[in-house]
Amino acid sequence: MDFLIFKAPILMVQASLDGILLGILFALIAYGMALQWGVMNIINIAQGDLVILGGYIAYTMYLAGIHPGWGVIVSPIIMFFVGWGLYKLVINKVVDRDLFISILATFGIAIVFQQLMNFIFGADVVVAQSEYGTTMLFDNSVTLPNSKIFSAFISLLYAVILVIYMKKSKLGRAIRATAQNARAAKILGVDTEKVYAATFGINAALCGVAGALIAITFTLHPYVGLPYTVRSFMIVIVAGLGNLPAVAISGMGLGMFEEFADYILGTEFRIGSVFMLLVLILVYRRFKLSRKREYLK
Amino acid sequence: MSILEVKNVSKSFGGVKANENISINVKQGSIVGLIGPNGSGKTTLFNSIVGTHPIDKGSIKFDNKEVSELPVPVVAKLGLLRTFQQTRIYSKLNCVENMLISHKASDQGFAKIFSKIPPDLTERAENLLNFVGLHQKRNLRAGDLSFGQQKLLELAMALMNEPKMLLLDEPTAGINPTLINGIIDRLIKINKEYGITLLVIEHNMRVIMSLAQKIFCLAHGQMLADGTPEQIKNDKRVIDAYLGAQ
Amino acid sequence: MKKSDLILYSGLIIFGLAAPYLFPAFKVQLTILCILIVLAMTWNLQGGEMGYNSFGNILFYGLGMYLCASVQVGMFFPLAEWTESGGEKTFEHTTSQFFQGMGFGLLVAALIPTIVAGLIGYAILGLRGHYFAICTLGLGIAAGEIAGGIEIIGAGQGFTTPPFPKDIVNPEARGEFFYFLSFILLIATFIFIKWIYGSRFKLILNAIRDNEDKAEAMGIETMKYKIVGWMVSAFFCGLAGGIMGGLIGYIDSTDVAFDGREMGVFMVLMAILGGKGTLWGPIIGATLFHIFKEGFWTILLGWQYVALGVLIVVIVIYFPEGLMGWLREKYPERFGEVIDEKDRKAQVELK
Repeated sequence: MDFLIFKAPILMVQASLDGILLGILFALIAYGMALQWGVMNIINIAQGDLVILGGYIAYTMYLAGIHPGWGVIVSPIIMFFVGWGLYKLVINKVVDRDLFISILATFGIAIVFQQLMNFIFGADVVVAQSEYGTTMLFDNSVTLPNSKIFSAFISLLYAVILVIYMKKSKLGRAIRATAQNARAAKILGVDTEKVYAATFGINAALCGVAGALIAITFTLHPYVGLPYTVRSFMIVIVAGLGNLPAVAISGMGLGMFEEFADYILGTEFRIGSVFMLLVLILVYRRFKLSRKREYLK
Repeated sequence: MSILEVKNVSKSFGGVKANENISINVKQGSIVGLIGPNGSGKTTLFNSIVGTHPIDKGSIKFDNKEVSELPVPVVAKLGLLRTFQQTRIYSKLNCVENMLISHKASDQGFAKIFSKIPPDLTERAENLLNFVGLHQKRNLRAGDLSFGQQKLLELAMALMNEPKMLLLDEPTAGINPTLINGIIDRLIKINKEYGITLLVIEHNMRVIMSLAQKIFCLAHGQMLADGTPEQIKNDKRVIDAYLGAQ
Repeated sequence: MKKSDLILYSGLIIFGLAAPYLFPAFKVQLTILCILIVLAMTWNLQGGEMGYNSFGNILFYGLGMYLCASVQVGMFFPLAEWTESGGEKTFEHTTSQFFQGMGFGLLVAALIPTIVAGLIGYAILGLRGHYFAICTLGLGIAAGEIAGGIEIIGAGQGFTTPPFPKDIVNPEARGEFFYFLSFILLIATFIFIKWIYGSRFKLILNAIRDNEDKAEAMGIETMKYKIVGWMVSAFFCGLAGGIMGGLIGYIDSTDVAFDGREMGVFMVLMAILGGKGTLWGPIIGATLFHIFKEGFWTILLGWQYVALGVLIVVIVIYFPEGLMGWLREKYPERFGEVIDEKDRKAQVELK
């Protein structure tokens, strides 16, 4: 364990800023997960893999000579249809059933996606170079790649767009109605099938955006999807299903946790610490609720 | 002697005061009724008594022991059982298995747990199933029974556990009216012959009036009135509460 | 025991004992099959009988694997040097050292995971449903990630387990040794679990599955039994891991030991495929799964995981009750579930 970070405060600033920018990205993915959990009662284990797929779309654009930054427009469009198709193919058979079935089924989907991506894009770790340059702060002691700032900005933008869309648009209202009471919504004429498909598609689109941003800012690899799933799951658990500001804050908190863990425990334990944090959060919740003789539902 | 002493119990959920300063005394060996319009806090009171949730204020004594801080299984082991309004049975097990697992020995030491189930227990289970009229259905999966039949199964399961006191949440709701007299007879019988004290939530006035020796009436989370069935029947406040007049 | 059962079991045991000699080329496959059956059967205790779908039983499997190998090495040689690189070339186990080490190693591989289950059970088993599932998923994968950073057990390079003693000349001996180890484990697991099935403990697990709140309301202190059940699984999973580590010869933290993505999910899938909540379901499921995997793996080279993923989706959506469940629907008489229609339709009478 390396506590250098606490001795050099400027490192804490670096880690915090990195964490916040990263966390906003996590929050976007978490928002998608919360959306489908709340509306369709599904926990999508393949969430992270949808993100990576979205990333590969941006990467492909990069390979084709198009600037990957445009991926934040192209990727969600393509991913929306991927999500819609996935819903029609598999997810609609899982919606009305036990949550555990959705976990297993989406796990299966995740495995399929992982191998397909491995097949198509290869197993190398890749990046889509954006060449956005770097911002230096505090006398050049804090380095912030502009791609990270771009990521955070785009994530916030999409989040805001989505919130407005959910509030104002017909589909958005239909989605919210279905989330509250699917049967009532159906009786009142809402096409719940379409709502579910659209919700899943929107989620996939959000993953697409996040993926494109990750392609530019970090790295892509066919098998790094699961940690993103777990991160978004954690954020949803901590923040709750309906609360977007809480999602954002939890996301940033998680981002900061990861950056600090990276410094203190070392990069090789970064992913491990994310999963351990998941366990700790759930166990903490379990004990807190048991005091009231309740349990997590 | 009071087997159950509920003193000034209050329980709120968020802003809603489900139970406010409720006090109830149940004499051992008696049958007591708990009535009140929907939403008056009867089931919440049951939940408070058996420990499903902690109470905000007050004391609950069962058999002279303070139980408000104890978890549900411990309270149940002391001999205080309850049945549920929405039946709770083990749906994938058949009726006999439901009965077997309800027997007290289910939780008395690991030697008993890992051993085979003695045949006399199965016999006892089938007799009790017969008592509630389910003998013919004893090999059916509990989940395949109708709502009313599940209610009878729940009653049999409770009896299998040989409780000292039984909290029954609407025991005749959902039961075929032709069977209700049979239920009343059986409840009176288990009270007289096995000495089981009964505290019964009921909406069916005919049932509770013929069963109970004393009745408590709740309304809006508070104790409205108590007395003998005759007194309650003629109490204007009770009549108003049910008919909605403020 | 019924005569037909006696014949069945004797037949299986004889077949099992003869198998490595009848099919010498498949010794390793048969060994792995035994291990898979053990993993599926123990998973079924939590997932099928108790309703707690665990993705984390792999934790005990991996622990057992590392512990067995570490004890086997550490008893005679400095562990850190062994795992440094090529340690197995510098230090050589004599025949007696190998088997002694294996013996103690398996003992530790059985006991420590059981104790771990006992310790963390109170916290983890207090979660329910999907929270339990995901928490255990996190546990399993975290274990793999963390183990991958611990130097003394090999960290990134992995841990080569002690090679079979060179003094034993017979080339079949290694295969036979590991096969019989796993077969004995399988028999022990089966006997223990069958015993549970005849006892009240199984009913308690089922009660927890069907309505945990009701079980508590009836006086069953469920936490005790949840923990005991998990400890039983941990015991056999630990042994399974220990044996597999020796068989494969090389332990990688995330791909072999704490293989949460594969082995951890396979045990779930096998039990569901065969029919969770039954005695033979996991056994049949593991067998079918193993045949499928070995058979199609080479044919579908490059697409195996796609096929696996599709298989998972299909099973989960269309056959959640598995093969045994399907058979039960079709031939209920065979399962002793003869329900007289008269009984089902009869009205309840209370005289």
